[in-house]
Amino acid sequence: MTYIPQEKGMRVEEKFYQNRYLVDAGRPHIKVLPHETPSKALLSMTHLCPAGCYELNERGQAEITAEGCMECGTCRIATAKTGDIEWNYQRGGFGVLYKFC
Amino acid sequence: MNNVRFDAIVVGAGLSGNAAAYTMAKQGLNVLQLECGEYPGSKNVQGAILYAKSLEEIIPDFRENAPLERHVIEQRMWTMGDSSHVGMHYRSDDFNEEKPNRYTIIRAQFDKWFSREVREVGATLLCETTVTELLCDASGRVIGVRTDRNAGKVFADVVVLAEGVNGLVGQRSDLREEVESDQVALAVKEMHFLPHEVIEARFNLKGDEGVVIEAMGTITDGMTGTGFLYTNQKSISVGIGCIVSDFAESETTPYDLLEVFKNHPSIKPLIEGSECKEYASHLIPEGGYNAIPELYGDGWLVVGDAVQSVNSVHREGSNMAMTTGRIAGEAIVWLHRRRDEMTKANLAEYRKRLEDIFLMKDLKKYRKIPGFLESNNHVFTLYPELFSDAAQAWFRVDGTDKRSEEKQIVGSFRKSRSVLGLVGDAFKLARAWR
Repeated sequence: MTYIPQEKGMRVEEKFYQNRYLVDAGRPHIKVLPHETPSKALLSMTHLCPAGCYELNERGQAEITAEGCMECGTCRIATAKTGDIEWNYQRGGFGVLYKFC
Repeated sequence: MNNVRFDAIVVGAGLSGNAAAYTMAKQGLNVLQLECGEYPGSKNVQGAILYAKSLEEIIPDFRENAPLERHVIEQRMWTMGDSSHVGMHYRSDDFNEEKPNRYTIIRAQFDKWFSREVREVGATLLCETTVTELLCDASGRVIGVRTDRNAGKVFADVVVLAEGVNGLVGQRSDLREEVESDQVALAVKEMHFLPHEVIEARFNLKGDEGVVIEAMGTITDGMTGTGFLYTNQKSISVGIGCIVSDFAESETTPYDLLEVFKNHPSIKPLIEGSECKEYASHLIPEGGYNAIPELYGDGWLVVGDAVQSVNSVHREGSNMAMTTGRIAGEAIVWLHRRRDEMTKANLAEYRKRLEDIFLMKDLKKYRKIPGFLESNNHVFTLYPELFSDAAQAWFRVDGTDKRSEEKQIVGSFRKSRSVLGLVGDAFKLARAWR
């Protein structure tokens, strides 16, 4: 379809800045396992993650900053076959706290 | 908490977990419910439409105090082109009945209410408690769970896994396979706030009446999926979801897709001037009947989204979740009263009861639909544009004679999808639907 330019490439941070999170500082519930080059599945997370948590670093490896994570589990399922990440539930009480959804 | 024993432990306080816990506690069982969120609903996301019937069977008078948004009097089904939509609207004053059939709800509020009801009938709820694993005896029978609360163990005759689409506890104990990426949709949604009188004026509503829009078409950029817009009292839920494997193959981000949907000329005026207060994402199990895992075993049952009990054709999920929870609860109560062991053989009663009602029947009826939609992506791309072009040719008065207009419409269908293709699509859909 024809994308209207100003809607594309928006910063996802603008979307979830109003969400409430209790961040489990220093204990991320998702870890990307060490790798040289990301698998196709892991690479897809850079556009697939609805919170934009996955980015490539300057060496082309995928990194995660999970603060905005909404715990949907998309990355867990997308990378299940390639085993690129370690995904756990948040510790009790931590993570996203929806008020209106 | 150590070494306390319960009749049943329910893992999760979403709709299915609450339905199971309520059913069992109301019949006098000693129930412990564990929820990882700060409060029930804090991590639960849905469109959200509540189908009254499934809740009535659990709490008949729920309308007296449940936080309901609007009862649905109008359903709009849209096929969307890039700048248009072809719609089928059904609105009836019959839906303004004493006990309305469908409501929009806000899960964070609704789940808090449901959970209060669960506790009122005597279940014990522990929030901020994540279940980390199932505890089994030497024979492999599930006898309890371990939680992250001081690594505490709790024991019960039976564990009801209401852990949602990311059913990690069950998967790690090999009770079921990992969900495939083509069996699950990723949905993103925003909550847009507007004064209620603005919503009522925009959608031609009065009082608690509500409208829901379900949309498909070029809005999903060639992927299998749908968009939606639901009216609440003072907010509008707007979202879009597509199959995860389709998303992975595309280069679209879910939030760009939602932005484009929100800016579609048919949607934009409906949410104009609103304030977005929340953005959420969630997975929806859409694998249907063929994706249903093992439902029970020695000392355990699984309910809700972890069962893949979603009828994606009819957008039914929450009612299915509540029904699996209720039926699981009833089966357990029945066994408990008979003093039967919670063995795999006895818990087969749960599946048997699901087979007897609409739940398994509906899932079975549509078992071929997920496959049909997956392998026929032109349903989401080609047809919406064809419908739109046809409608435009039909309605636009530009001096073309009517016979030529008809010819042009038929011709555009034939040209883009050949007669065989059209007949084939209709035939395949009919076969999947049957």
